[in-house]
Amino acid sequence: MLSRRVFMRNGGLALLSLGFAPAFLARTVQAAGAARRKVLITIFQRGAVDGLNMVVPFGEKDYYAARPSIAVPKPNVAEGAVDLDGFFGLHPRLAPLKPLWDARQLAIVHASGSPDGTRSHFDAQDYMESGTPGVKSTQDGWLNRYLHAREHADATPFRAVALAAQLPRMLQGVEPALAMNQIGQFGIRAGQATDMLQTSFESEYAAAADKVLNRTGGQAFDAVRMLKSADPSKYQPENGAEYPRSGYGDALRQIAQLVKADVGLEIAFAEAGGWDTHVNQGAAVGQLAQRLSDFSQGIAALARDLGDRMGDVVILTMSEFGRAVAENGNRGTDHGHGNAMFIVGGQGVRGGKVYGRWPGLAREQRYEGRDLAVTTDFRSVFAEVVRGHLGVTDTKSIFPGFANEQRLGFIG
Amino acid sequence: MKFLTRSAAVLVAVATLSAAGPGSAVPAKPDDKTILHVLNRIGFGARPGDVDRVREMGLAKYIDAQLAPERIPDADMASRLAGFQTLTLNSRSISQDYYVPAQMAKREAQRANAANGKKDQSDAAPPKEPRTPEEMEAARKQREVLVELTEQKILRAAYSDRQLQEVMTDFWFNHFNVFAGKGPTQQYLTEYERETIRPHVLGKFRDLLGATAKSPAMLFYLDNWQSVDPEAGERMAARRAMAQQRFGFRMPPRMPLPQRPQQKPPQKRGLNENYGRELMELHTLGVDGGYTQQDVVNVARAFTGWTIEGPRQGGGFRFDPRLHDDREKIILGHKIKAGGGESDGEQVLDILAKHPSTARFIATKLVRRFVSDTPPPSLVDRAAATFRETDGNIRDVVRVIITSPEFFAADAYRAKVKTPFEFVVSAVRATGADVIDATPLVQAVRQLGMPLYMCQPPTGYADRGDAWVNTGALLNRMNFALQLVSGRMRAVRPGGADAGAALAGDVSAATAATIAKAADPAQVAALTLGSPEFQRR
Repeated sequence: MLSRRVFMRNGGLALLSLGFAPAFLARTVQAAGAARRKVLITIFQRGAVDGLNMVVPFGEKDYYAARPSIAVPKPNVAEGAVDLDGFFGLHPRLAPLKPLWDARQLAIVHASGSPDGTRSHFDAQDYMESGTPGVKSTQDGWLNRYLHAREHADATPFRAVALAAQLPRMLQGVEPALAMNQIGQFGIRAGQATDMLQTSFESEYAAAADKVLNRTGGQAFDAVRMLKSADPSKYQPENGAEYPRSGYGDALRQIAQLVKADVGLEIAFAEAGGWDTHVNQGAAVGQLAQRLSDFSQGIAALARDLGDRMGDVVILTMSEFGRAVAENGNRGTDHGHGNAMFIVGGQGVRGGKVYGRWPGLAREQRYEGRDLAVTTDFRSVFAEVVRGHLGVTDTKSIFPGFANEQRLGFIG
Repeated sequence: MKFLTRSAAVLVAVATLSAAGPGSAVPAKPDDKTILHVLNRIGFGARPGDVDRVREMGLAKYIDAQLAPERIPDADMASRLAGFQTLTLNSRSISQDYYVPAQMAKREAQRANAANGKKDQSDAAPPKEPRTPEEMEAARKQREVLVELTEQKILRAAYSDRQLQEVMTDFWFNHFNVFAGKGPTQQYLTEYERETIRPHVLGKFRDLLGATAKSPAMLFYLDNWQSVDPEAGERMAARRAMAQQRFGFRMPPRMPLPQRPQQKPPQKRGLNENYGRELMELHTLGVDGGYTQQDVVNVARAFTGWTIEGPRQGGGFRFDPRLHDDREKIILGHKIKAGGGESDGEQVLDILAKHPSTARFIATKLVRRFVSDTPPPSLVDRAAATFRETDGNIRDVVRVIITSPEFFAADAYRAKVKTPFEFVVSAVRATGADVIDATPLVQAVRQLGMPLYMCQPPTGYADRGDAWVNTGALLNRMNFALQLVSGRMRAVRPGGADAGAALAGDVSAATAATIAKAADPAQVAALTLGSPEFQRR
């Protein structure tokens, strides 16, 4: 009984030094001591963000012609785009990302997207998450298939975590993955009786002849203790990082917390919504600008908070499709095709460059005469991250049926 | 007279095919564990007193009764569902009265916003418009449709005396899964479950298959409603030209429309293979059922023109011959002659329903549901044979499975991990809880990872334990157990019955000792419902 109390008060490490820590804790601590794990943080912009106002092709005449009331002005005027390379610029509310660009930690792939032409949020998100555009019966997500391809003995219950109410399709599959809104809520919740009931449940599962439930139950309670010792309620972001006050900002803060707690995190997931701007989208300011402000402040805070740990981290953003080149009758934009993706990272990321072939915005250059064409399959971007950052050389099992991968070179 | 003959026929059928008949392994003097096993498998677990009731009635008789749900009165269920507004409505009324008003209110608000925006020439951020009371009320009313549907699913599973019928409804809905989150699919769900699935759950497989194929829910979800013969466009143009020649009038030249930015160019229309593929892979033959990509294309061709009359107004099935590819097709070696029209699709369904791969695929899934994650091949063989011999009579196939020696074998006992839905409902039943409003239970099932009617892929939810056992889910189950018994769950009155009866006292020494140390009856119940033993059925 004494050992349990010591454990509760001092966390897992005390037990480890006494030589009778649970196997999982020992593994985690070992893992932390050895080479630090690579981490991939994925951010899904659900609802189809307008990539053309996010990464603005201000060098395109047709951009301004097609968007009389919602175009982002050229750089060097008030509320103009933040110039990146003389042709592309960031939306002014993405200015917090500019230092990452300057430090070559931010790479952008423009005109990327799905080979499937669907303009349905449902189908397009499904394809982006299953990683098999056009094939609906795929049961698992591509991130889960990555976990499967890299199955290893010292995996912890925190190997893949979605800071979300539901496990996203991307993480569903045979490999375990966690979904939670608040990491502080992870555990038994029974008020005053929590400790007693947790102990009780734990002994039930520890004695279960049922192998599957016995093992999973054991891992669950190890995980609860692990988090408790990391003490999420006391977390203070470092380096002056300030996360935006939003569900998305909270999610990113907690991801940083998990990274630093060395609980074996490899894949994290967060999402941000509000991009389906059919009406009154706004230009440099307005509806979309507010959402972009939240989006960029979150990423900037995460990178700052993680400090030198960013060397092991890549942040990858995605959205199911882009929006039509021309604005509609409600000063908004309708569902389109090609979009922009961000890759932020420390080591390995060759930032400060917009990758992918730019197809142009003239009517005949557009997809079906209306949308930014897709010149880079989103799987090429995913595959490059999986290979270049996570170190899986053969990505065939993760992206089945994907034959025409383009090597972009933004990471390696 | 007619009625009498029919019931006489039913009686004869039941007499010859009873759970106590030849080949049946139903024990005559079952112990509590065996009775619980049956209650857990052909229903959603035991309520207080159920084990005794079944023993009194006789286990074989109970199984027979469950196989003929239409003869179980189930009066209590009707009163529990009496207050619901939408469960008996057809899709058209649901669309008109619940969805269209919400769309109109939203559009109205958007128009108002846009008008405000135009006046305001400065590009200042438009203030977030609070939703109007009308808009909020319309949106609430729209949500009510899915809310009622999810609640009735929980209530029926928890309280209906037709337990097997509810198990089968859950099974077949999941087999023919559609997703509430895809466009107007949601408007069709109530009718889909009530009219397409429910009447056939123990009937003929071909009837069930045919009903799903023509249901607007499936036609929309798997895109068949917009699958079109790629040559239909040319054909129609040719017809126009012919009319012009014959009748000597000229169609007015199409006025070029001014290009307005909000105008979408016509969608490229053509063949959509989605339904054709899933029909074979998931609904009938199974992925290794022996079909080729060419079969997928030809099945899709056969179903061109099977569409929906106004999918956003809750319209029904319609066959549009202009969109149909009427040429000859070869499907799985069978020739479908040119000129078949709507019957092309019916012929495909006939071929698929009779195919031996379908018998095996369906038998395997049913055995997995009722017996084990690793279906015993001997039982799959017999169930598939029954499927073939009875022309896909689901009741007969299920009877073979749930009266089989494999079903009653020791290694089938607690071999299945409950899905979140099964876990939540069985906990309600075990404790005798009184559910006044099922919303908190619907939320609990969602939190455990199985949002009802919200399974995105056409595969439906997994019916294997490994899909549901992970650390986070397990902790959530323990927390649900704590909540359910605490009385903190809104509109769910804890029953206070000894949940341990639902495990027939068959728990590990550790579980028994832990429960013995509990401080109060609520903790006893929580430690029972959250125990490893209760996670299985």
